[in-house]
Amino acid sequence: MSARPTLTVVAPGPLTTVQDLGRPGLAHLGVPRSGALDRPAHLLANRLVGNAPTAATLETTLGGCAVRPSRAVTAAVTGAFCAVTVDGAPAPWGAPVRVPAGAVLAIGPAGSGVRCHVAFAGGVAVDPVLGSRATDLLSGLGPPPLAEGAELPLGAPGPRPAPADAIPHPAPPATLVLRVRPGPRDDWFAPGALATLAGARYRVSPAANRIGLRTEGPPLDRARDGELPSEGMVLGAVQVPPDGLPVVFLADHPPTGGYPVIGVVAEPDLAAAAQARPGTPVRFLVRGGAIHRTAPGR
Amino acid sequence: MRAIPVGDQALLVELPDGDAALALHAELLRRRDAGALGPVTDIVPAARTVLIDGVADPARLAAALPTWDVPPTTPEAGDTVTLPVRYTGPDLAEVAHHWGVTPGEVAGIHAGTAFRVAFCGFAPGFGYLTGLPERYAVPRRATPRTRVPVGSVALAGPYTGVYPQASPGGWQLIGTTDAVLWDPERAPAALLTPGTRVRFVPEPAPEPAPESAA
Repeated sequence: MSARPTLTVVAPGPLTTVQDLGRPGLAHLGVPRSGALDRPAHLLANRLVGNAPTAATLETTLGGCAVRPSRAVTAAVTGAFCAVTVDGAPAPWGAPVRVPAGAVLAIGPAGSGVRCHVAFAGGVAVDPVLGSRATDLLSGLGPPPLAEGAELPLGAPGPRPAPADAIPHPAPPATLVLRVRPGPRDDWFAPGALATLAGARYRVSPAANRIGLRTEGPPLDRARDGELPSEGMVLGAVQVPPDGLPVVFLADHPPTGGYPVIGVVAEPDLAAAAQARPGTPVRFLVRGGAIHRTAPGR
Repeated sequence: MRAIPVGDQALLVELPDGDAALALHAELLRRRDAGALGPVTDIVPAARTVLIDGVADPARLAAALPTWDVPPTTPEAGDTVTLPVRYTGPDLAEVAHHWGVTPGEVAGIHAGTAFRVAFCGFAPGFGYLTGLPERYAVPRRATPRTRVPVGSVALAGPYTGVYPQASPGGWQLIGTTDAVLWDPERAPAALLTPGTRVRFVPEPAPEPAPESAA
């Protein structure tokens, strides 16, 4: 047997991280959930190369990346649409690609969307930390972002992948529509704040990152000043810091926080949020209906 | 007790105080371990709340919670961790001023207190410890430090915390411990988990350099 197969990073791109399904279940220790931002893209890429859903993929950010495997490997690129080449020759996006040993797999800049997921048969096999190989940019857990010349171990490929004949390919949204359920702290805001959130035009801010989708638009007025005592935060929480501009919490969000959460975005909508470029219009679809509260005295 | 829906699969339970939050947290863990809670992803205690995330039917859980008999946390409940501390932090004098005592008395008061981890947050393994009487609450520093060293024992508001790794921070630093608060390679990774009892034990400062002997 030769040495353990690796991927050598030829060009890391602006920000490429290792991602999997993250570290849910450790929020009570202050550990963020982390994991792939466009989860359907991560799962599809793994499926295309015959991996389990838990196998680690590479998540690029806008600018792509290039890697060189030490042994022949099947790869697949999903998520943001981009050019894919193997030693300069065009290769398909959204389909299994055979990369010969020593060849360079290049993922081009995202033509639309933000993040590509790149799966390799066997998965990116860096050592897991607390059960996950994900890079957590908030807490620093997991491997550091890819750097030129870094070597990442590859796992052993599984059985041949089942053929996929219809690849779902959601185009990144022209307008990002996020369904929001009000609460838990909508009562911390001025009476018109939910209506503002629902009716106003927001845009994705250039400061959006893996921690949160920051937005720009009309600030939401508070009815109460100050901070809440620290409380648990969920994925998709729309937290409103003192500047009044809503931030939608993504995978690397802090597990607790003190700014009020006016509503929570439905989890299926977060993959599109991960692909919305800065400047993309955002509409918050605030769902009305019964807001269930129990207040029995005890 | 008030249970507020958080999105479609979580509940935020509001409680009168931190002790009630810890008690409910402990009860949730008991029920989960007994297989009586159903699948949940995260149970996160905080200052006056418990977040239950990844619940299939939050409305049903919200309806059931008020019928539970939640025993209060007893002083004996929970594991105890002892942390040796050198009370030589740069903010010792400021804390002493807030407390109305001499810097030398801060260590005695702090180490004489029985603490408990109310909840974790800010960074992996960072526990918010309660136990100091209300009169010893101190403000955060007006200007946070860009780098607080690992192992710093610090105060802010009613809480004591120990920095599990070097990071920026605005808490008042009163001492240092060599205990390893957080090690992802260790099981358990976090020394301080919600409900853990904590005692700080003063240990002599290292041999003082001549110029700081005064």
